[in-house]
Amino acid sequence: MTSTLSRLPALVPPPTELPPRAAALRAEVRAFLAEERAAGAWTPRADVWLSGWDERFTQELGRRGWLGMTIPVEYGGHGLGALDRYVVTEELLAAGAPVAAHWVADRQIGPTLMRFGTEEQRRRYLPRIAAGECYFGIGMSEPDAGSDLAAVRTRAVQVDGGWELTGTKVWTSGAHHAHAFFALARSAPKDDANRHAGLSQFIVDLDSPGVQIRPIPLLTGAHHFNEVVFDRVFVPDGQVLGELGAGWAQVTGELAFERSGPERFLSTFPLLTALLGELAGTSGTEREVGRIVSRLWTLRRMSLAVAGSLESGEAPELAAAVVKDLGTRFENEIVDAARTLVAVPPDPGAESGFARLLADAVLHAPGFTLRGGTNEVLRGIVARGMGLR
Amino acid sequence: MSDVLDLAESVLAGSASAGTDLDGALWTALEETGLARLTLPEAAGGSEASFADAAEVLQAAGAHAARVPLVETDLLAGWLLHSHGLEVPDGPLTAVAADLAVDGTAVRGALERVPWARGVSAVVVLTPSHVVLLPVDGLAVTDGANLAEEPRDRVVVDGADAVVAPVAEGAAAEFRLRAALGRAQLLAGAARGALARTVQYAGERVQFGRPIGKFQAVQQQLALAASEVAASGAAASAAAAAADRDGFGAASAAFAVAAAKARTGEAAGEVARIAHQVHGAIGFTREHDLRLLTTRLWAWRDEDGSDARWQAELGATVLAAGPDALWPLVTGTP
Repeated sequence: MTSTLSRLPALVPPPTELPPRAAALRAEVRAFLAEERAAGAWTPRADVWLSGWDERFTQELGRRGWLGMTIPVEYGGHGLGALDRYVVTEELLAAGAPVAAHWVADRQIGPTLMRFGTEEQRRRYLPRIAAGECYFGIGMSEPDAGSDLAAVRTRAVQVDGGWELTGTKVWTSGAHHAHAFFALARSAPKDDANRHAGLSQFIVDLDSPGVQIRPIPLLTGAHHFNEVVFDRVFVPDGQVLGELGAGWAQVTGELAFERSGPERFLSTFPLLTALLGELAGTSGTEREVGRIVSRLWTLRRMSLAVAGSLESGEAPELAAAVVKDLGTRFENEIVDAARTLVAVPPDPGAESGFARLLADAVLHAPGFTLRGGTNEVLRGIVARGMGLR
Repeated sequence: MSDVLDLAESVLAGSASAGTDLDGALWTALEETGLARLTLPEAAGGSEASFADAAEVLQAAGAHAARVPLVETDLLAGWLLHSHGLEVPDGPLTAVAADLAVDGTAVRGALERVPWARGVSAVVVLTPSHVVLLPVDGLAVTDGANLAEEPRDRVVVDGADAVVAPVAEGAAAEFRLRAALGRAQLLAGAARGALARTVQYAGERVQFGRPIGKFQAVQQQLALAASEVAASGAAASAAAAAADRDGFGAASAAFAVAAAKARTGEAAGEVARIAHQVHGAIGFTREHDLRLLTTRLWAWRDEDGSDARWQAELGATVLAAGPDALWPLVTGTP
């Protein structure tokens, strides 16, 4: 057997330690969350980054400096690192706090505007994103293009002073409350030899004439997703994001941030704490609890390692895909453990507590392994990274 | 790749073989390059490296199915002797925690499943009251083995004249954690080695007119194995980092080691299962050396505390601490 280690790519970056200042920041966030919960400002829920839309809470976070943390001060942000943001984000998710209103803007739009946006675009959106006053959606998927973004059909046709967009986007979380979104559209005819060419990103204000937003209710009936239909929507030249025709590369860059964050293993964490509450004083479940906790601890270390790697300017696409695959399956494992270890039927009508968290988690579970690229597609990325494709 | 990993790879590459006894030539090479006693202090003939460095070397040793008592010599026996003011003998060493009757320097009793006992220069025993250094002359050794055919021997001590020191407080707890930490690195390495071999095989083996690695179903399985390998490596490395940062006496390090042994032990079965499934019948034979890695995965997951035992311990800690303490425990920040 010759050198086996060198034949495989690094599947996960080396461990990352949080900077010493992170402890004080974490303590501040925990104190704030404890205060809010004591005051009954919100109830912990599962899958809060999809369903916990609370503009008051988001603006309060903005006031405290916990949004747009990595955005430079001159654009209204706080000039901190990705690991500072990581600490705040994981504390919010672990507490089951309502973070949906600012989620997309804070996680993706801010960093992407810093990377690809024009000076004017940055000045227009970033200060309001950091204040928690401007909400965004993401328009990637289409009825015939889910994880296969090269199949996007929304057309952008050049007109005097800008572009006209025509097409339909689906699964856009929060579009009915949002101010704007990033739309991926085909700005040049499809080239079968290079499926990824000719795509561009546009910043579309959602109150533009020709935009129609229709709910796509979840199987629970709840309204989080939308269909966004463009009928010759005019987008001025100044609202093209980044380079024309480079949309594919830009979007892929965004996905590395999206796939490895703490939201990929903490969506059902509030259910896990509620489960421990139900198990208090009982015995016989130690092993199952320990199994879950060892997986949770490991996932957090993996996610943190990817965050540290992103902070130092790398793009660990393969490791991000691995975290998303393992993490989102883990979110489902918590649901299974809760069902198996406690004989309480899920109750979607309950105000709060274990039965309600379980109900939300069961009904939201199908989304975990779909959003951000289906796990099967991500495994294809991992296989390619190992040289199999 | 770091310097220490480069060095370890250059020494260990090509060392895997079907032999079962300690690989003396490899051990000599490890001693000459300073890798054999990596974490020990200079006064004990060591290189004073971190556990993070040791993790890289041990993971490489696991990946190459190296037949050397690195964990036993460096993390266990060397540490036990040096921390109790005893001289560390030359050569490969082994260590176990067991009860022996100690009367002055006369020691009696039986030790079960001692790793590498038949090939080492001394056996170190951590008893409830003493650290005991047993020279191998005068020990009755009966060969035994684990699933990977690695020596796990029975050793009978009948009044041997030993070097003894009273045991320090906390030594037993630290011994357990060090053994589990070392085993977790070996497991993570073996998982990675098994995956690397399997990916290579899938690229070479042709069925239905193309390499089996081109089939989506096989790719999905290999990606699942890769996730387990990634988790295994991340858990083992993060536990080493926690030991460096906080020391074994800290609750955070104990938590990290328990989680890492539980997680690497759990990954071991899944990686071995997929490796064999992809290899087909040939990997299930003695002629193929996939078994050198998979039998180690099966053996090591049950040594130094099985994944089930560490899970139970971790679960008991978490349940006793209560729901609000879970997140502080996971983040290591109270």
